[in-house]
Amino acid sequence: MSHVGLEHFLVVGAILFTLGIVCVLTRRNAVAVLIGIELILNAAGLNLIAFSRYGGQSLEGSVFVLFIIVLAAAEAAVALALILAIQRRLKTVDVDRTDSLKG
Amino acid sequence: MGENTFPLWLIPFLPLVGAFINGAFGYRLQRRFGEPVISAIGVSLPWISFILAAIGFVKLQGLPEGQAVISQLWTWVEVGEFKVDMAFAMDPLSAMMALAVTFVGSLIHIYSIGYMHKDDGYWRFFCYMNLFMFAMLTLVLADNLLLMFVGWEGVGLCSYLLIGFWYKDLNNAKAGMKAFVVNRIGDFGFLIGFFILFWSLGGEWSEAGYRTTGAFSLHFGSLPAMIDSMATKTLWGVPAPTLVGIFFFIGAAGKSAQIPLYIWLPDAMAGPTPVSALIHAATMVTAGVYMVARMNFLYVLTPTAMTVVALVGAVTALFAATIGCFQYDIKKVLAYSTVSQLGFMFIGVGVGAYWAGTYHLLTHAFFKACLFLCAGSVILAMHHEQDMRKMGGLGKPMPLTRWTYWIACVAIAGFPVASGFFSKDEILWQAFNTDALLIPGWIPWLLGFVAAGLTSFYMWRSYFMTFTGKTPEVHGHEPEEQRPAVTGVLVILAIGAILASFLGLPHLWMHIPSAIQQFLSPVFGAAANLKTAGYGHGTEWLLMIASVGVATLGLGIAWWLYRGRTSTIPERVLKTFPRIHKVVYNKYYVDEAYQATAIRGFLGLSRLSAWFDFKIVDGMVNGAGTITRAFAWIDGAIDTYIVDGIVNLVAQTVKAIGARLRRTQTGRLPTYLAGLVIGVIVLIVLTRFLSDVYG
Repeated sequence: MSHVGLEHFLVVGAILFTLGIVCVLTRRNAVAVLIGIELILNAAGLNLIAFSRYGGQSLEGSVFVLFIIVLAAAEAAVALALILAIQRRLKTVDVDRTDSLKG
Repeated sequence: MGENTFPLWLIPFLPLVGAFINGAFGYRLQRRFGEPVISAIGVSLPWISFILAAIGFVKLQGLPEGQAVISQLWTWVEVGEFKVDMAFAMDPLSAMMALAVTFVGSLIHIYSIGYMHKDDGYWRFFCYMNLFMFAMLTLVLADNLLLMFVGWEGVGLCSYLLIGFWYKDLNNAKAGMKAFVVNRIGDFGFLIGFFILFWSLGGEWSEAGYRTTGAFSLHFGSLPAMIDSMATKTLWGVPAPTLVGIFFFIGAAGKSAQIPLYIWLPDAMAGPTPVSALIHAATMVTAGVYMVARMNFLYVLTPTAMTVVALVGAVTALFAATIGCFQYDIKKVLAYSTVSQLGFMFIGVGVGAYWAGTYHLLTHAFFKACLFLCAGSVILAMHHEQDMRKMGGLGKPMPLTRWTYWIACVAIAGFPVASGFFSKDEILWQAFNTDALLIPGWIPWLLGFVAAGLTSFYMWRSYFMTFTGKTPEVHGHEPEEQRPAVTGVLVILAIGAILASFLGLPHLWMHIPSAIQQFLSPVFGAAANLKTAGYGHGTEWLLMIASVGVATLGLGIAWWLYRGRTSTIPERVLKTFPRIHKVVYNKYYVDEAYQATAIRGFLGLSRLSAWFDFKIVDGMVNGAGTITRAFAWIDGAIDTYIVDGIVNLVAQTVKAIGARLRRTQTGRLPTYLAGLVIGVIVLIVLTRFLSDVYG
């Protein structure tokens, strides 16, 4: 199969998304959760750029992806800062134990 | 009628000022300046009153006969056409009374300076005495019945205050209470009489208020004219004048210590001796006599009431005289003597000889005040010993006291050289000669005649027991004569007791009516028409000689038994009849009888009332309270369980739901994320499903 088509991208995106979800749901380390989120974002970005390439040849998908990358960077910065603060305060980054907001 | 210029109201008012000053500031004045200031205020004001009364008397003399000096202040009560003024009037009767009250009263005030010396309550004493003077003068000078009643109640109050003057001794306080309560019973009678008089004088209630038939007032000047209209009215089948007369006499009996209400007077001797002299001998107790004399126009209408007055007076005169013969306390002797003499006065006013009754009132004021003050002097000399058995021979160290007592004894016993004879004998003669009563006149005469003999006996007995025989030693000293403030007053009163004779020299001797009779006749005009039995001069001479005879007999027996106090006969006689002596000595057990009947009855009644009050009245109130509480409890329950219940139920439900829901809030990130994912999946599935169904 020499030709790489839209389906391939979508499959890779779906795998990436699934891995991200699983990572987010199962990992207990907050940094790992953050990594899972990055995976999900990138899966979404991959889908968007794929549809952009094989779809209407328009630039919207590329622009969206650029925004997502910027957003991911900003999100990573904020999230890491939060994690650092949690670590300082609670001496842990285990998301199962940071349950102070439990009702 | 009369003129309006003379300020009669000052006469009672000045002593009131004295009472106020001494009552309000006396305590401080006494501590700051000592007793002289207190007595200066307390004594001078009554004297000024006396001078004013004398001026008023002179003015009265200048007026045509039948007129009175009147001083009208303001309208006191005005209901519809009925009007009562705050007014004072001085007619011959009240002039005589006012002069006697102010003169004797002022003298006794002077005496009190000596008697009450170094007493803690010096200021209080003069305050009460002045207050008494005010009340008594209001009573005497009042122009209408209502104002007279104010004075009447006022003297009762002062009597109570002064009997219980040394209130730290329970017996004195009890005596004061007794006097007050017994007086209240009399006052009750007075008030009932008052109401019946008011009712019978006419008038009726209407929308516009009390409407009177014609001119209507309680003014003494206009009452006689109106009284005829009430003579026809009856109440419970009894003519109104009779009822009014009898009820008024109940009041008089309370105030003037007649049977059956005399019991308070002997106990009233617990007060200081000047009080006994002023209030319980000379002035207040004569208020009843004064009132009956004042209402003479009423009494002449009703033979029944006259008979009651005369008979009660006569019985009291004799009854009290018998008790007086066996008392050992010198003041008790004088007290029963006072009761007895008041009985004589009531014989006088009862048989219609109003001037004789009031004349006896006047002479009695002098000689009885003198006797009491002599007794006070003796008591001081004996260091507050009142038992005559422990006295004797006081004549030598105390000549002034002795001779003044002697003169007063002559006066009261009825020897025709001093005033008592003239007044008492006139009463007895008028009693004998009357035909206006329902009973023959000789009945009150006989009772009075025997009483007169006994009077002579017990007075001379007290004289001999006190002043003759061996002089005792008191605390190692000989008894001494008192200070001039004391003895001077005694001398003045004794002279007065003699001089008062000239006012009443009998018709029989002078062939003209006596001065006092002429003087008082305008007031007692109504009595002129009373029927007499018409005995002649011979009878009158005979009775007069009999009176002197019986007085001499009394003196003789007393001389024989008690002079020099050496005779043992009295004791032997008493031992022979121990039972009679015991009964009389104990005052016929009247107090005990009252205790057993009336007082216990009333106590029982009051206990019953108390029980009723506690159990029934309070029970009803408490029952109402309990019911209210029950209702409140039910209401509270409704509020708590139903109204609040609903509110709480809502809250509880919400709370329970919240408690369940909060479990979902784990605070753990994975859970939320899982929820997010599951939610997204559900939304996707749902979207698909719904678009399939509706698509």
